[in-house]
Amino acid sequence: MKLFITIGLFIVSMSPVKAQTVNLLTVDQLEKRINQGKDTIYVVNFWATWCAPCIKELPHFEKLQASYKSQPLKVLLISLDFKSKMNSSVVPFVRKKQLKNEVFLLNESNAQQYIDRISKEWSGALPATLIVNKQKNVREFYEKEFTYNDLEKIYQSVN
Amino acid sequence: MKTLITIFLSCLVLFASAQTAGYKVGDAVSDFSLKNVDGNKVSLADYKDAKGYIVVFTCNTCPYAIAYQDRLIALNAKYAPLGYPVIAINPNDAGVQPADSYEKNQQRAKEKNFKFPYLTDPDQVVTRQFGPSRTPHVFVVEKSPTGNVVQYIGAIDNDTEGNNPEKLKYVEAAVDALSSGRKPAVTTTKAIGCTIKWKKQGA
Repeated sequence: MKLFITIGLFIVSMSPVKAQTVNLLTVDQLEKRINQGKDTIYVVNFWATWCAPCIKELPHFEKLQASYKSQPLKVLLISLDFKSKMNSSVVPFVRKKQLKNEVFLLNESNAQQYIDRISKEWSGALPATLIVNKQKNVREFYEKEFTYNDLEKIYQSVN
Repeated sequence: MKTLITIFLSCLVLFASAQTAGYKVGDAVSDFSLKNVDGNKVSLADYKDAKGYIVVFTCNTCPYAIAYQDRLIALNAKYAPLGYPVIAINPNDAGVQPADSYEKNQQRAKEKNFKFPYLTDPDQVVTRQFGPSRTPHVFVVEKSPTGNVVQYIGAIDNDTEGNNPEKLKYVEAAVDALSSGRKPAVTTTKAIGCTIKWKKQGA
């Protein structure tokens, strides 16, 4: 049975016409994903379709993942759009931009809790990026817009 | 000599990174004089009868800031008569974000019929002093014998989308407390918003 599931998952993951989907994700699920995922370094970008500097830097996150796809690096894009905008804004945006990274919409409502849980350093301004190297126990947070060079340097510095 | 240069450079770096430090709750606020959309300068001291101020950093370009502007109008309508006027400041550099220019502020204030000042901070000096990290970002300031003291920093409420009937209205709660001679129970909150568009170095 387990084998079938594995094969099934394998086929799904290999499917060339995979339409990009956006799933909801809580902070608990994000932490679990980071802790139990097979990758070592997680670059988690917090963005929104209404945030111009976020949209400007999204290609850098796409490029980072594509450039280091053989490395144990996972880029996750987490939208802070309203949940009510999932089908009207977020999904059409992700498809139009043909984002290859995994995209989620944050499934939390209490900003006083979730902002601090992601990082005490985060004031709530977007864009913001969390970088974790779980082997080295490194967890860095940046409330800023990246150039590709800055992003790559930071990735290399935690590597 | 080399050491001196290093020290000097470190100071510059410190200065540059200190731009978002800003006021904390309990700090006294320096008065300022910034140009309003009507061309007149506005200072805190102009409000002789004020008991305090709802200073808010907002702009013309951030959808979250815009989503809250009707609530700023309502806050001013409710609290200006009680001695706590709204004073809005656009913190963004018009070089980086052209739609946050003085002219666009004038346009926005007219469209929304702001009854409160909407100030421009062209050199971002006041913005640096307050140290908002995003728009919208509110500082509730209380006038006291020892000066204008920050009593609350943060969000307007916890319901940006505006559809939660049980929302927590942080600014209202803070001003209500001050108005009845108490300290606000919640003095700082966080919220999602847009980054401040700082002037590019050397621009």
